Amino acid sequence: MKIEYYIVLSLALFCIGIAGVLTRRNAIIIFMCIELMLNAVNLLLVAFSKMHHLAGAATNPTAGIDGQLFVFFIMVVAAAEVSVGLAIIVMMYRNVHSVDVNFLNRLKH
Amino acid sequence: MNAIIISAIWGVVMMFSGVFSKSNAVVRIMALTGIALLLFVNVLEWNGVQLFHVNVRNMLSFDSFGLFFNTIAFGSTALYFLLSGRDMEKVGLHVAEYYALIFFILCGISIASSFNTLLMLFLGIEIISIPLYIITGTDKRNLKSNEASLKYFLMGAFSTGLMLMGITLIYGAKGSFNMDDISLGTYAMTPMLGAGLLLLLFSMAFKVSAAPFHFWTPDVYDGAPTVFTSFMATIVKAGAFIAFLRLFEGSFEGMHPQWQTLVAIITAATLFIGNITAVFQQSVKRMLAYSSIAQAGFMMLALVAMNGMAKEGLVYYTLAYSLATIGVFAILIKMKDYTFEGFNGLAKHQPVLAATNTIFLLSLAGIPATAGFMAKFYMLSAAVSNGHVMWLVILGVLCAAISVYYYFRVIQAMYFKDGDTQQMDTTPGFKGLLVLMAAFVVLIGIFPQWIIDKLYNIF
Repeated sequence: MKIEYYIVLSLALFCIGIAGVLTRRNAIIIFMCIELMLNAVNLLLVAFSKMHHLAGAATNPTAGIDGQLFVFFIMVVAAAEVSVGLAIIVMMYRNVHSVDVNFLNRLKH
Repeated sequence: MNAIIISAIWGVVMMFSGVFSKSNAVVRIMALTGIALLLFVNVLEWNGVQLFHVNVRNMLSFDSFGLFFNTIAFGSTALYFLLSGRDMEKVGLHVAEYYALIFFILCGISIASSFNTLLMLFLGIEIISIPLYIITGTDKRNLKSNEASLKYFLMGAFSTGLMLMGITLIYGAKGSFNMDDISLGTYAMTPMLGAGLLLLLFSMAFKVSAAPFHFWTPDVYDGAPTVFTSFMATIVKAGAFIAFLRLFEGSFEGMHPQWQTLVAIITAATLFIGNITAVFQQSVKRMLAYSSIAQAGFMMLALVAMNGMAKEGLVYYTLAYSLATIGVFAILIKMKDYTFEGFNGLAKHQPVLAATNTIFLLSLAGIPATAGFMAKFYMLSAAVSNGHVMWLVILGVLCAAISVYYYFRVIQAMYFKDGDTQQMDTTPGFKGLLVLMAAFVVLIGIFPQWIIDKLYNIF
């Protein structure tokens, strides 16, 4: 398949994620939208990896493998971020009994 | 490599020190030992002694620029531990964990000052950010701290998403994550490369809190426990700036004319918004948060100019800014009242604190004979020698003049207004260290050659 299809799909997912982050008010849904952005990136990385592999396989049998490697790092970091982020959301919930980010206005004077 | 490995190991050691020792003094001494060790191994590496022989496959490159910056970051952290270590114990019960998180952040900073591929850039920035989210929310019962933590987390994760998309698009255009490969080839701006560059620029602007991506900064700096705001506003911000400069110098220097105007506009907005908004603040803590945005504007000048002088100037600036800000925050932490009125009459009952605070504030404002003046001078002259951005230099000078107003409000409150005596638990050691730091700020302001010569040996 042509690489353009993958680029369009990934960018569409990425933009849905951005739109969700900017418009949603529930902290967990914002968080899910951020994960959607990261996964859009993963998809695009794998597609580019395949593209660079096809282009360079004749001279270098491992061409494009670094893109797939990057995906694993993104997954690990995303998992670390999830564990910290959910802990922060739980801490917030214990104090205000809500995960609505509209409650986040105590710092505005 | 020494610093990266030792700081990661020492972070784990600090976590265990909390398990095996209930005494805060032991934990503090362990942390001070750790930071001294870190400084030592970093200087060793600078002199060519590698403790660990790791094949990094060209993913990291340890040049003396990064190592010199590491020395400054670790030195400032050591001063920060000495000045504010005791105040960290008042935030919560898990003192050892706070130190452990700071060591992990230092690990991230040493990766951010030595990365050579975008993968390591991403890992470095994330290793800095994730412990910061936790450290912002350490005051668990305080709603402001909770809120700052959640806000910082959501914003930080969002900007990480942007950064990853930027990295991916650049990978798509160039076929490699390695900065040497990215800087090769044509400088033609294809749509994919341009979009990637733009996203990377935006996400890094987020991390260093440059306008228009600065809006999280005042809230997060205000909500976080003041001890940790001090660390976030100085060492972490400096680390993010070094990564920013390293990325744009290493990968996109050939395309500099194409992105210079955009960065110049971001810089101008940062300088203008930071300084104007700081004028209207009632709380000194929030004023310092806006002042850190304004100072970030001056540091952004290094990216606009992008020459040898700018690189030197940035390192000098981080040193001058970190010293002064750590000092101001160390005094602010001791105050009961964070408004300007809280500082009324401080000179009468705490003359040493007021005098040192004045020197730090003068340095931040950029008054001659302090380090801050020379730092601003180097940044502005780097921009002048670039030649394309004279309007930005004029704006920078005007903004520096505005900044004098809000820094002098604190000095005026300390010296020319009467206030109640307040109980402050300061030790002679604390005061002595503040005096030493103030003397150093004046010294490197009068004799900047001492630092600059070291930098010249590097380039």
